Amino acid sequence: MSTTESTPNTTEEPWHGGAEGLESFTLRLRRYDPESGKAPYFEEFVVEMEPHRSVLDAILTAKNDEDGSIGIRCSCRAAICGSCGTRINDKPGLACHTHLSDALARSKDGKITVEPMGNMPVIKDLIVDMDAVHWKKQQRVTPWLLPAEPLPEKEHIVPREAMVDVTQSMACIQCGACVSDCLSMEVDPLFIGPAALAKAYRFVGDPRDDKHAQRLDDLANDPHGIYDCTHCFKCIEACPKGVAPMNQIMRLRRIASADHSIEDVNDGSRHEHALVNHVKKWGTLNEAQLVPDSKGGKFHPRTAKEMVASLSVIATALLRRKVTPKSALIHHKNPNQSEIKRIYQEIGAREERLELNLYITQPDEPEAPDDQDASHEAQVKTTGDQSAVNKPVTNREA
Amino acid sequence: MPAHDVLIIGAGLAGQRAALAAADAGASVAILSKVHPVRSHSVAAAGGINAAINPDDDWRSHAFDTVKGSDYLGDQDAIEIMCSEAPGEIMHLEHIGVTFHRNDTGHLDLRAFGGASMKRTAYVADITGQAILHVLYEQLMKYSDRVDRYEEWFNTSLLKDDSGRCVGCVARNIRTGEMRTFNAKSTILATGGVGQAFKPTTNGLICTGDGMSLAYRAGARLMDMEMIQYHPTTMTANGFLITEGARGEGAHLLNAAGERFMEKDAPNKMELASRDVVSRAEQREINEGRGTGPLKDSVLLDVTVVPKNRVLEALREIVNLGRDFAGIDITKEPIPVRPGQHYTMGGVKTDVNGETDVPGLYAAGEVACVSVHGGNRLGANSLLDTLIFGKRSGQHAAAVAGEMQMPKVSDAQLRDDTRHIQDIINRPKTGRRISEIKEELGVSMNQYCAVFRDEEGMTKGKEIVTRLQEEAKTAYIDDAGTVFNQDVLGALELGFMLDCSEAIVTAALERKESRGAHSRTDYTERNDEDWLFHLTVSQDGEGADAPAKLDKAPITFTQWEPMERTY
Repeated sequence: MSTTESTPNTTEEPWHGGAEGLESFTLRLRRYDPESGKAPYFEEFVVEMEPHRSVLDAILTAKNDEDGSIGIRCSCRAAICGSCGTRINDKPGLACHTHLSDALARSKDGKITVEPMGNMPVIKDLIVDMDAVHWKKQQRVTPWLLPAEPLPEKEHIVPREAMVDVTQSMACIQCGACVSDCLSMEVDPLFIGPAALAKAYRFVGDPRDDKHAQRLDDLANDPHGIYDCTHCFKCIEACPKGVAPMNQIMRLRRIASADHSIEDVNDGSRHEHALVNHVKKWGTLNEAQLVPDSKGGKFHPRTAKEMVASLSVIATALLRRKVTPKSALIHHKNPNQSEIKRIYQEIGAREERLELNLYITQPDEPEAPDDQDASHEAQVKTTGDQSAVNKPVTNREA
Repeated sequence: MPAHDVLIIGAGLAGQRAALAAADAGASVAILSKVHPVRSHSVAAAGGINAAINPDDDWRSHAFDTVKGSDYLGDQDAIEIMCSEAPGEIMHLEHIGVTFHRNDTGHLDLRAFGGASMKRTAYVADITGQAILHVLYEQLMKYSDRVDRYEEWFNTSLLKDDSGRCVGCVARNIRTGEMRTFNAKSTILATGGVGQAFKPTTNGLICTGDGMSLAYRAGARLMDMEMIQYHPTTMTANGFLITEGARGEGAHLLNAAGERFMEKDAPNKMELASRDVVSRAEQREINEGRGTGPLKDSVLLDVTVVPKNRVLEALREIVNLGRDFAGIDITKEPIPVRPGQHYTMGGVKTDVNGETDVPGLYAAGEVACVSVHGGNRLGANSLLDTLIFGKRSGQHAAAVAGEMQMPKVSDAQLRDDTRHIQDIINRPKTGRRISEIKEELGVSMNQYCAVFRDEEGMTKGKEIVTRLQEEAKTAYIDDAGTVFNQDVLGALELGFMLDCSEAIVTAALERKESRGAHSRTDYTERNDEDWLFHLTVSQDGEGADAPAKLDKAPITFTQWEPMERTY
């Protein structure tokens, strides 16, 4: 078995129909029949298949040969239609896009456990109610183009890069894998969520749309909007199509705050500015200053209100020695502050913000002579290391 | 009972376009689909959509290429309509939000495609179908007050009134098992093709010929059913599609000796000849022992000759497919491919407004046969077909609806269909499994109705289809539930596929010549003298068991006389 790694392109031999040996795999499917009155349970099926075949192939084999009542949505089998979103050994993804060998490699008990996606009600077996969650949230972001009137006689003339850029969000197949494991949505079911916000970026990033400011104002001021995301990266790991929803959410924030100067009621914009300014000033985060700065400064009425409301938290932190009065009042600078200043200057001097995008940013290319490219070198240096630049957008298997 | 001016069955590109057009024309609209609309198989169309939008291009050139591609079996009036309306439709798509790739001046970029005399394929990377489908669904969400969506409803029958007019359908709510009669002044079928009657196929599991079969049972003629397209580049590993866009971007086809064998068949167009021509060349290389792979059953598609940046930008999906489904980095090494079933040129016979033989019943997209594809469809013409004729059907149906009262409909069919489903559920487990019959059907059709055909094989194929039709009557299922009983729907789909297969083998046996995708080793030449017409298949009499009846239908010629076809 040569393909236990999650990067199948390391396989030495290409797979060829019928050229690989059969192996035995145990599927552990979560079954639920709403008509039975019984609680969900797990049922095991053993299938003989080539290890590079997909988990969906295995489920369909069990369904065809043993039990036709196994419920799973599926159609294309090629990671295009987005029907077969499931959780496989605790990881969300498409059943058709997960090799049996990869799934087995992640298994703790030698079995491949398949469950319905999270954050959505289960209808039957592996089928969830996407209308109740996923599609409702899509509808929330006004998911259609609002171009300026009158329309041009022919096509809109727009930059090539802009269309390539929004095509990354357009590549979303609405499978729901990102919604399944969104941690923010687990805490706040009303969070608009990664898929719908990626959809929102598809319009905000589209130069043909005439309502960028209104869209951003709406999404920034919604308490369940763009500032509800906690940067956990789960959606980027889950997405089988490289849409990288969290990156699109971060871009919505940058555009809302930097380009449209939207100060939202959630303090999201001020909070991000506070973070940036702290690091610029001290090289580290100054916790004691973060709340006042996020609220608009020490003397702003919002700050006073927030500080009063936070008194019990502050008291607890002091009691538990999470902070000391000294560390709260005298903040330590990063000793290498000049290097940080240099990074800020260099990025600030750029004409355009560096936006990470799978379609434009090249994947890791060992053979590409990137080191000799001065501008690329600068880009790598300013962001710390190259993997930090590339990972979130290109690492699709994670 | 829901009642609408226009009822649309199927929500891929043709269905959604019809719904939007009918709503724009002021009709009340329902769109019903057995899957959520964005799961429709239009999502898999990769390469692009043809339109003569380059100032140096002319829709007549596009039309001629299409006529020639069809091997002169296409109806030229319909082709002229499709090609002349294409540029306007592309601009409409652009205006509602499709993210078409641009060139350096910000205008729509165009790529080369098979059988085309110049670059005229607009595209969104290699996810064109997905991008258009999702944008149309955005519009459907925008139109939610004007278009009622019935998502995950399975159509079991079409309804006719005493005058023979189609007045709606019966459908089952897949989520609840509820059966319901839908009443409509006009009904538009947009249910796609029947690729699942073949194994392997590039088509999704939902492509089971539902609409073709339902129209056939309702008395409509099916046309050009013998014309089955085998796509030249499907992955040997699993039958998945590799877009023609790869060859459009310059990829080569090589045999085991590393020769670009298309030199022999199409010295001018090489890899970009029509799909039937390329598939035959590949199959010949394989049959004559020049195939690659452990089973010598493949040729190689070499994408490494395309600049890597271009591949990563414009062919990203197939990079993923190669890596994830075949373990091959196509930017570094060639990938084994072979011809695979891809498209049904034939379908429910319609006129240029989508009207079928049954009054009140329309068809658009792959389910229909206008016929704009004739014997062989050009790549990137199928998206165009769905949109142009989806739009025209929707508009025509809406106009007709404005002039008539809501027809009366009875509940008799609802009761029959409900009983039929219960009968399937109650069958004793003594017959064969549905999945077994489907498997045998797919393998047989792919063996006997493939790239090359002959009398002996097709006769065998027909015998097998007839036997499977009998066996299907007693085939059993496991699921007795009502919520998401996919098992019982599978039994109904098998019936649809068997109807379509019967029509395919019947027509293919009849046409004793080689034209387009219908290539016979016992009649190797095109024979315009005896076979320059369409073949239609209809049910001779009422009921599901009525035998297939063959007829001729004339081809419409406008300005292009049949010529020898070389690329």
